[in-house]
Amino acid sequence: MSIIKGSAWAYGANIDTDALAPIGSYSGADNIEAGAVHCLRDMDPGFAKGVKEGDIFVATDNLGIGSSREAAPLFLRTLGIRCVVAKSFARIFYRNCFNIGLPALVCPNAAEIAKGDTLAIDTSTGEIVDETQGTTFRCQPIPDHLMSIVDEGGLMPYLEKKLAKSA
Amino acid sequence: MAQTLAEKIIANAAGLDSVAPGEIVTCQVDLAMMHDSAGPRMAGRKLDELGVPVWDLDKLVVITDHYINDDNPEHNGVQKHAYDWVMSHGIKNFIKEQGICHIVLPEGGHVKPGMFIVGGDSHSVTGGAFGTIMVGIGATEMTGVLATGEIWVRVPETVKVDITGNLKPGVSAKDVILKLCGDHGIMGFNYQALEYGGEAVSAMSVEERMTLANMAAELGAKAGYCEPDEKTEAVLTKWGATGIDIQTWRSDPDASYAKTVTVSGDALSPQVAAPSSPENAAPVEAHQGTKLDQAYLGACTGAKLDDLRMAAQVLKGRKVQSGFKFMISPSSLSMQEEARADGTLQILEDAGGVILPMGCSGCIGIGPARLEENAVGISSTNRNFVGRAGPKSSKLFLASPYTVAASAIKGAIADPREFL
Repeated sequence: MSIIKGSAWAYGANIDTDALAPIGSYSGADNIEAGAVHCLRDMDPGFAKGVKEGDIFVATDNLGIGSSREAAPLFLRTLGIRCVVAKSFARIFYRNCFNIGLPALVCPNAAEIAKGDTLAIDTSTGEIVDETQGTTFRCQPIPDHLMSIVDEGGLMPYLEKKLAKSA
Repeated sequence: MAQTLAEKIIANAAGLDSVAPGEIVTCQVDLAMMHDSAGPRMAGRKLDELGVPVWDLDKLVVITDHYINDDNPEHNGVQKHAYDWVMSHGIKNFIKEQGICHIVLPEGGHVKPGMFIVGGDSHSVTGGAFGTIMVGIGATEMTGVLATGEIWVRVPETVKVDITGNLKPGVSAKDVILKLCGDHGIMGFNYQALEYGGEAVSAMSVEERMTLANMAAELGAKAGYCEPDEKTEAVLTKWGATGIDIQTWRSDPDASYAKTVTVSGDALSPQVAAPSSPENAAPVEAHQGTKLDQAYLGACTGAKLDDLRMAAQVLKGRKVQSGFKFMISPSSLSMQEEARADGTLQILEDAGGVILPMGCSGCIGIGPARLEENAVGISSTNRNFVGRAGPKSSKLFLASPYTVAASAIKGAIADPREFL
């Protein structure tokens, strides 16, 4: 069982990949750290400056709509985000999160989580304890085939292991 | 068991007789496509970290289209890396700066009905126009495909999109898809597969069907496809594909769908999506007269040969408003050449349009078509999210090539039916 505990950054619906990773912020690049400071610059300039290691990103509907660019979840992870919670996800962004080692949880009540709430998330059961509100939110459990990627820390370590086995 | 085309293709790729929506299966991909943005410099580097070769060099196509045709040193670095990676890995299928990947992949004869294809770009769904299931994936996911040739897939529910009747003059596939975005929202069909059919789709050119498939991405769909027919076969044959089977790769007549949604082709009017989402679509009348600073025909969505011809139909013998910026970036080099040969580009230039180098450029805020601070534009591209085609203060309307051309004449949003 692994518990991720941190402070919530709560937003609304339809946060797109152009908001998370504006093109100019990574077009040249190989430097994810330099690009990550532009994450959500047009929507909430305080986010990239304020986010701390271990924080949790919360949104409502359709998080990550738009491009397949992996910089979107990579910027969040680089800034310190350790788990993403949303009422619903755009499909490529959802897969990208797991692939880069960032667990993504589908939480029907995501809109009830407020900015700054302290959350303790059990990724194995999908339970979120909102310590600030004194409430518990239930998420859809992460499917087994994705949990095995989460357990390895992302698709790259998962592939390394798989390829080593088959070699 | 009766199946939709989406289910048939996924079952075939998974080595199963049939699949059901919701089931998670592992598919062997028939083809993988990646471009310069997420390809060699991201997925390619990660593959090298794993220390394994590309699983099948016959099934990978690398295309450069994003950071091309400009003098930005960082972009040139991306190109150099892509070229070096292609050379050092013995990549057999490399399409260098011939146009946008979603267009030049089929133009290169790589696509045919029944294929399960992955592409490292969200608009990869465009390939569905040819009776394939083609899905967009990210760079690490692509690394997994490059290493193993496999990918996990959750079998989508299929939604039938019935486009009835006949589209009227000045109304195109772009208007159909914007109407769907307006009616159902940008997550209206999240995780689902869209099967576009009906009288209007049968009557459409294959390029127009590509527009429908392309913007399945703006409906949240995993895939959007049309069943292949004689038109599909003719176009793919012209582009060099062989072994095309348009009989097998169709939905069974008694297949079941999650639901059916309808667009009345007869009743449809030109649509315009207001800033800053494709779902803000409304009939052109709602925005008629809105002053504009520029108009752009471009991207995988809106500058194919048919798109350029639609604009030319409106602009023939006319001029864009004096001093108004009207830019055209054809979707591919071969389409540009064909439009040059048949006089289409001449009409656009005579009207005051400027032909820009091909590539993704203006759609992603790169190059001369990037919107300036506070500028308002109209474009035949697919997305108008804040910060995509220009700075936060800029605004972008989305419309068909007809409507973009009509708006260029007026320097304001205009109804193309006035000019046809």
